[in-house]
Order: sequence, then structure tokens, then C-alpha cells
Amino acid sequence: MSELKGWKELVPGGLIVEAGNAKEYKTGDWRTEKPELNPEKCIHCFFCWAYCPDNAVIVDAEAGKMLAFNYDYCKGCGICAAACPAKGAITMVPER
Amino acid sequence: MPPLKELAKRPERLTSGHRLCAGCGAPIAIRLILAAADKPVVAANATGCLEVSTTIFPYTAWNIPWIHSAFENAAATITGVETMYRAKKKRGEIDEDIYFVAFGGDGGTYDIGLQSLSGAWERGHRFVYVCYNNEAYMNTGIQRSSATPLGAWTTTSPVGKVLPGKTQWRKNLTEIAVAHDIPYVAQSVPSNWRDLTLKAEKAFHTEGPAFLNVLASCNRGWRHLPADTLKVNQLAVDCCIWPLYEVENGEYRLTYKPREKKPVEEWLKVQGRFQHLFSPAYRYLIDEFQAYVDREWERLLEKCGETKK
Repeated sequence: MSELKGWKELVPGGLIVEAGNAKEYKTGDWRTEKPELNPEKCIHCFFCWAYCPDNAVIVDAEAGKMLAFNYDYCKGCGICAAACPAKGAITMVPER
Repeated sequence: MPPLKELAKRPERLTSGHRLCAGCGAPIAIRLILAAADKPVVAANATGCLEVSTTIFPYTAWNIPWIHSAFENAAATITGVETMYRAKKKRGEIDEDIYFVAFGGDGGTYDIGLQSLSGAWERGHRFVYVCYNNEAYMNTGIQRSSATPLGAWTTTSPVGKVLPGKTQWRKNLTEIAVAHDIPYVAQSVPSNWRDLTLKAEKAFHTEGPAFLNVLASCNRGWRHLPADTLKVNQLAVDCCIWPLYEVENGEYRLTYKPREKKPVEEWLKVQGRFQHLFSPAYRYLIDEFQAYVDREWERLLEKCGETKK
């Protein structure tokens, strides 16, 4: 949504009719540190996917592969790196 | 319960772009619980962090029908929706099976929403109530609730010469739920995805009310690093402060027994809200804390039929 709507244009009751439209709001700029993936060390256990509070882990569920981090939404909390059982697969590095 | 890779194939019911803090425990719990639902879900929310941060107008992070009405009535709201659904099903207007779930924080569950929740349990609706318990009113800036443990600093249980943080122990809401004799009650944590999704799946499959009490740390209020969320939650389990158990039709079962019962100090020392307890003046509170946890743990082991080894 680029500009604010007037009350006549809003849905009565202030309902939000578009499910999941928070995706238009990018939270990636909150980050001070970002997770970096070393694909060679990743064991595709999906722990980072399970424990990410922000759904910011991109996986190919059909192929069972962890692919990347979604920096549009990752807030840089570091939970993925802490939960990762494969040493060196996820490293937190300062955001530059 | 399907493995993680199967859960990842299910629809994303809570999307990215919500504005809960970095490292918040609540969305981890909610995502895992919703992933455990094998049928469509309708959710209600009590007022709280989860509610305000996921639905900042004009955005919503919910990919499912979602309703918020007030602080004290999430259970009444969702059971109203469930009753309408049953009426429509009877008239043949809906034939799909739908799950109903309400989410409340500890403020909206232990304190403000308890009467409507108790009523909903007594009426016996088919719904799941999830309390994501971060042990204080974090949304309004860390005020004590009846879920806040003994000795914890909050803005309304301050630490100084007069007060050592909160002077009361938390109330045992899980046991209050059990006392309603509802078919399924469980305690879980986000740090154990398998335990949480298994219990969520059981809760969704329950014919009648089900209650999940999920400890979900708040790094702002508990004063720990955002990356330590899972560690702090797991320590609560390993110190037997937050045992993982379930009560199915009155039968207690311990779902996780720590290999070695850690002293409560290990959980207290990783959180800034308990730092004052380590000063000589307030050390006696750690002993009280330990004694309380020991007593509760022994009681639970007995109820679960676990003999002390």
C-alpha cells in the first residue's frame, strides 16, 4: 500500500481482506547481523526453517533442500545459527 | 507426526513481514502449531504482542481467517465461531472439516481471559486454546502477570531496597485446565519442535476442548540475547521449571525427562530479570525457587507414575 486511504475507501469495520499481505512489509532493514549459509556444510535438517520466527528460510520442501535466507524479512536474530547442528553451515556476520 | 520436511510442504499460515521482535519465541510456537494442522484452521487472538504485531493496519500476517475482539474473550470469540460453524454444518451449508484455535498470551490467558476460557471449557466446544506464555505483559512494556515467576524483575515488580522483584510464585494454569476435566491438556516449548508439533496435532484431533500451555521467551522482558531464545526455553525444561507433559482424559504422561535435572540457577543466571537474585541479600530467593520447583517436580513425577530413580 503506497498511500493512505480515506475512510470511504476502507472496508467497513477496518477489516483486512487480503490474507497474508504483511509480506508487502519488509522487515529485513531491522537487521544488524545476517546469517550466511555455507551450502557445503548444510545437512538439510530443516531446523533453521522450523525455528525461524520470521519464515525467512527459503526451502524446497519437495526436494527436501534448504536453499537460502530471505533477507527481505530476516531480522538477524541468530536463532538459525544457534539451532544449526552442522558446525560452520550458518555464520552470523555484521550487516554492511 | 510427519517429519519437518513434510511440515514444510504445508501452507504458510503465518507469513513473514509481521513485526514481532527479532528472536521472539511466540511466532516460532505459532508457526509450528499451525504447521501441525492437517486441515483448514480458523484462529482468534486475545489482545497481546502477537495480535498487535501481526495485524498492524493495513497489513495482516495471517493467511487464515483470523478474528480479534477484545483482551478478555478470545475463548468466547472462537467458541462463538465454532458454534456458528456447527449450525451451518447441520444445515448443510458447510461440509468441510475445520479446526478452531485461539491464541492468547499469559496476560490474556492466566489473568484477563480466564473466565471466558473456563466457560468455554465447561461448555465443551471443540477448539484448541494456545497460551504462548512469556511470563509477563510484554506488549505494554513488561508488567508482572500471574504467570511471572518468583523473584523476576518487571516494571510493576521492581527491584530495590524494599522489593526483590515479584514476591509471589506463578499460578499453575495447566493444572487449572486439568481440573476442568477437558480431554487434552499439555505443556510444551518452541525449542522442541517434535514435542510441540506432536502435542498440537493431538490437540487438533481432540473431540472437545484442548489446551496447550507453551513457554515462549521474550528476550526484551527476560533480558537475554535474541539468539539465545531456544537455549533459554530448553533450560527451563532441563531445570524442571517447565516440565513437558500431557494429560489425556485425566491420564498424566511425562513426554520428556531431562537426562540430568539441572539446578534452577542455570536458568536464572542467563536472564537479566533475575540478576539481582545473585546478590547476597536476595540469594535466599534462589533456594526458595529451587525448593518450590523440586516440590512441584516430585508431585508431577508421582502423577505421571514415574518412579524416582
